[in-house]
Amino acid sequence: MSMADELRDLYQEVILDHGKHPRNFRHPADSNCQAHGHNPLCGDTLTVYLKLDDGHVIRDVAFEGRGCAISTASASMMTEILKGKTEAQAKAIFDAFHHLCTEGDDVSIPPELEEEADRLRVLSGVRQFPMRVKCATLAWHTLNAAIAGKPEVSTE
Amino acid sequence: MTSTISAAVKSSRMTNAPPYDLARVRQDFPILTRQVFGKPLVYLDNGASAQKPRQVIDTMRDVMENDYANIHRGVHFLSQRATDRYEAARDKVARFIGAETREIVFTRNATEAINLVASSYGRTFLERGDEIVVSEMEHHANIVPWQLLETERGIRIRVVPVDDVGNLRMDVYASLLGPKTRLVALTHCSNVLGTVTPAEEIVRLAHASGVPVLLDGSQAVVHRKVDVKALDVDFYAFTGHKLYGPSGIGVLYGKYEMLAKMPPYQGGGDMIRSVSFAGTTFKDPPERFEAGTPAIVEAIGLGAAIDYVAALGHDAIAGHEAMLLDYATRRLSAIPGLKIYGHAPEKAAIIAFTLEAAHAHDIGTIVDRAGVAVRTGHHCAQPLMERIGVSATARVSFGLYNTTGEADVLVDAVKSVREIFG
Repeated sequence: MSMADELRDLYQEVILDHGKHPRNFRHPADSNCQAHGHNPLCGDTLTVYLKLDDGHVIRDVAFEGRGCAISTASASMMTEILKGKTEAQAKAIFDAFHHLCTEGDDVSIPPELEEEADRLRVLSGVRQFPMRVKCATLAWHTLNAAIAGKPEVSTE
Repeated sequence: MTSTISAAVKSSRMTNAPPYDLARVRQDFPILTRQVFGKPLVYLDNGASAQKPRQVIDTMRDVMENDYANIHRGVHFLSQRATDRYEAARDKVARFIGAETREIVFTRNATEAINLVASSYGRTFLERGDEIVVSEMEHHANIVPWQLLETERGIRIRVVPVDDVGNLRMDVYASLLGPKTRLVALTHCSNVLGTVTPAEEIVRLAHASGVPVLLDGSQAVVHRKVDVKALDVDFYAFTGHKLYGPSGIGVLYGKYEMLAKMPPYQGGGDMIRSVSFAGTTFKDPPERFEAGTPAIVEAIGLGAAIDYVAALGHDAIAGHEAMLLDYATRRLSAIPGLKIYGHAPEKAAIIAFTLEAAHAHDIGTIVDRAGVAVRTGHHCAQPLMERIGVSATARVSFGLYNTTGEADVLVDAVKSVREIFG
C-alpha cells in the first residue's frame, strides 16, 4: 500500500465526519457512572458518561473532551454502537476492536455482534500507524474504567 | 539544493557574516541522507533533540576504540587518557559559555542539572514560606523540581505570566521580587514560543533584590552565544543532545561561590575525599556533584559537538536560523486556517502552530508520511498550553543544517493535511 493510500485508509470519510461532528458529545444529566481518560503523551483528554441499569445494560453513553480526529471519531462511534448493549457485549466488542487495531482483520466475535465489529473496521487503518493505536482505543479504555468504577485512566 | 544554498548566501550577505556553507554542513550529518517512508528525511524536531555530526560520532567511537577506561581512578595509561579527555571536555564547555572550568558540573541532562540545584541548594537554603519565581512558559523540567520542594519544604512558587505576543511580563516579574523571594528560575528561551527572555534584565533585577538566578538554557545555547559571566547568572542549565551532542550528558554551570556552599545531593564514588564510618569528607566542586562513574564517552562527545558549533560560529548559525525562521514563518502564515503561537521580537527558530481543520496529532502523522519530522502535543509545557488555550500544537524547530527547501517540503505537507481534512 502506498503512503497516500495508507493515509487515505486512516482518514476515511466516516472518520473525518465523526471527528468533525462527534455524536453524543454531551454530559447526560442522568448518567450514573463516568471516567476520565487521558493520554499524557499527546494531551488528549476525554470523559465518558454512562447510564447503566440494574441489568448491566448501557441505557445511555456519551462523552466530552478534546483530542485528535482519530480519538474523537473512535469515541463518537463507540457511543453510537454501545447504546442498548450489555457490559459483557461491550467488552466483547472492545476485544474485537482492539484486535482490529493491533493484530488483523480476523476477529472472533459472537454472530449477534458482528455488525458492530464491522462498523469499527473503518478505524483499523491505525494498524499501519502504531503511534496512533492509543488514540483509537482511549475512549474504550475509559469506558472500561467507568464500568469498573475507576475514576481515572491513563494510556501510556 | 541550489535555491537553498543561494538563500543561505543571501542571508549571510545581509548580516555581513562569513558565507555559511550549508551544503558542506549537511555532509557532516550522516543521518540527513536517509529516507523516511521513501522520502528524504526533513528533520524539523531539533528542539526535542538534534542530529549528530560525524565529528561527534567519530570522536565517541575513537574514545571507545582507543582511550576508554574509568576516569579519576587507575594509575594506568588508559585511565589517565580517559581522564584527560573527560576533563578537556569540561574545559571546552567552560570556554563555550565563558565560565571557569571548576564551575562546570556534568549531569545527565538539563533536567538533572535543575534537580541538582533544587535538591542541594533548595534543601539547604529554602524554608517554609520562601518563594521561587518561575514563568508560565517553563518546560516541566523547570516546574516539577520546584513543586517537589513545595511539597517537601512548604516553599511557594510564584509565576510570571506571558503576554499575548509571547513576551515575559517583565513588569509583573519585577513586582514578584519581594522580601521572601529566594530564587528566580526562568527559561532563557521557550521551547514552544521560541521567545528569548531578557536574561540580563532578569538577572539585574533579581540581584538588585539579592536573589540568585537560574536560567534553563536548553534551547538558548543552541541558537545564540551565551556568556554566563556577562549575564552574571548564578546557575545555567543545558543539555548536550540538543546541541548536536549525545544524549545522557548535560551541564550545570554554577558560580563557584554558589557551588562551594552547596552540599552533595548524591553520594558515592568519585565525589568523596575520604570515607570512613566515623565520617566522610567530600571533594570540592565540581567533583562533589558527580557521584559514581559519569557518562565519560558522552561528555567527550559533547566536547566534540561544542568544537563543531564553535568552528561554524554562533553568528553564522544564528544568521542562517534567523533566515529560516523568517522564511518558514512567511510561508506557513500564508496557509489559510494556520495559526502561529509566539511572535516575540527576540525569537529562536521555533514555530508552534495549529490548523483550524486538523488536530496537531493528525498534522504530525500526515507530514511524517512526507518524511517531515515535527513535534506534536504539549511539548512538556502544559501550563503554557493552558495559557494559549490549546491542548496541543505542532512544532517546527530548525537546526543549523536545515534548508529553505525543507521548509517548502513542510509547507506542502501541511497543505496536504488541509486537503485530507477539507
